[in-house]
Amino acid sequence: MIGLLDLLILMIVIVCGIAAISIKDLLGAAILFSAYSFMMCLLWAIMGAVDVAFTEASVGAGVSTVLFVAAVFHTTRRTKD
Amino acid sequence: MRLFALIIVSGCGFLLIYGTADFPRWADPAAPACTHVSDYYIEKSEEQTCVPNIVTAILADYRGYDTMFETTVIFGAGVACFFLLRNYRRKAPEFRLYRHVPTGITFRIEKGGKFPDDSAEFKRIDSLWTPQDIIIETAVRLLIPFIQIFALYVIAHGHHSPGGGFQGGVILGASIILFAISKDLRSAITRIGEQTSGLLCSTGVFVYVGTGTLCLLLGANFLDYGALAGLFHSTTAMARSHGIMIVEIGVGISVMAVMVCLYYIISSAGNMDEGL
Amino acid sequence: MDELLSPILSKYNYWVYITLMMIGLYAMIAKSNLVKKIIGMNILQTAVILFYVSIGAKQGATIPIIRHGHEGAAAHAVRAADYINPLPHVLMLTAIVVSVATLGVALALAIRIYRQYGTLEEDDIATRITGDIRKSP
Repeated sequence: MIGLLDLLILMIVIVCGIAAISIKDLLGAAILFSAYSFMMCLLWAIMGAVDVAFTEASVGAGVSTVLFVAAVFHTTRRTKD
Repeated sequence: MRLFALIIVSGCGFLLIYGTADFPRWADPAAPACTHVSDYYIEKSEEQTCVPNIVTAILADYRGYDTMFETTVIFGAGVACFFLLRNYRRKAPEFRLYRHVPTGITFRIEKGGKFPDDSAEFKRIDSLWTPQDIIIETAVRLLIPFIQIFALYVIAHGHHSPGGGFQGGVILGASIILFAISKDLRSAITRIGEQTSGLLCSTGVFVYVGTGTLCLLLGANFLDYGALAGLFHSTTAMARSHGIMIVEIGVGISVMAVMVCLYYIISSAGNMDEGL
Repeated sequence: MDELLSPILSKYNYWVYITLMMIGLYAMIAKSNLVKKIIGMNILQTAVILFYVSIGAKQGATIPIIRHGHEGAAAHAVRAADYINPLPHVLMLTAIVVSVATLGVALALAIRIYRQYGTLEEDDIATRITGDIRKSP
């Protein structure tokens, strides 16, 4: 039975995930994906996987977001779906 | 298309949920995933490798092959991005923008005109120019040495605390990306050019494979660091710990160079000219 | 009623992970924008990693870094039940690094496609590709 904090962060993760794929602005999607990554990192830190959490924090909430923003900068920002 | 996707997704999800009926209780110590080999790793890794962080010991020693090919995969991704986007045959740009620093006037020089050299008076600016913020620039200049020292600490202390080669390498790469974002891409390219980062990518993989080959040349199996005990004049366990250290340094170098390469290529869309 | 409720209460965390995986899979299939597809791929990857890492948890155990007593007791035995299972963590470290490599290549492909066709929507790209095929001899 996992605790209350786990449940709260899982709910935030699901909300961030659904929002990141439904929003119509690609820059907003990149930032929401960064928040999703960061919540995942917290989840793993709670479960005791400290190495995995460290890697996800540096890679997901750091480099991955910058690459997304750079790609959106060179393509279009609006999407119709 | 959406209805089709919904049907597939709910079918797949239902099958997976049906499969969880056979799972053991969560966090059960007697679950099949937690017995057999991982008990051996937990109990024996400290005395066989002198490394308290079990994850680092497994990653670089017991499962060293996987980590070697993972480093190769990351190197391959850097090479793939280079081949996809790097634009050597680009025609000369239509115009360039220069700024006369003492007076603040912005020039626009069309193609065919003479471009001034980079000096203290004429500074080249990007076509999508935003004002350089002196606060951000100064704060980043103060922070970057500390970020890099922390990254080196993470690599070196991977034996005793969470960390290791990948994490430290990514943080090192992120410090250079931070510098490129706060100033502009050209100043970062003058510090660490694309040839240097390409060379560093392959150096990291070389260090890893070279350590394994050295163990082979000394008479043991490939990537069996115990054979280095003669070189280091220490026990087999300490030699394995040193071998893990060398390999982590190789991984760190390679990952840093690939992160820098990826950022340069994606943010300038292959031109290495102007960036974010 | 109780035997209906107890499997749900003990397994619902797996169901949440499966929901996340299905969200990512739906985005990869149903969305027509390429960047949304890439985001869906990453959501699927991190959800799978979450599932694997949750397998390694053990009740009442600590992180997999061996505590040292004072040096005299260095020969004290390490009990496997005190530390959580480190093997899924090792495998998932590789998975995270591979996922960022895949992300870099996917974004480079998206930029290249945009440069060639001028759009990132999948149906428009398909229309332009067939238009090009009809035009060329």
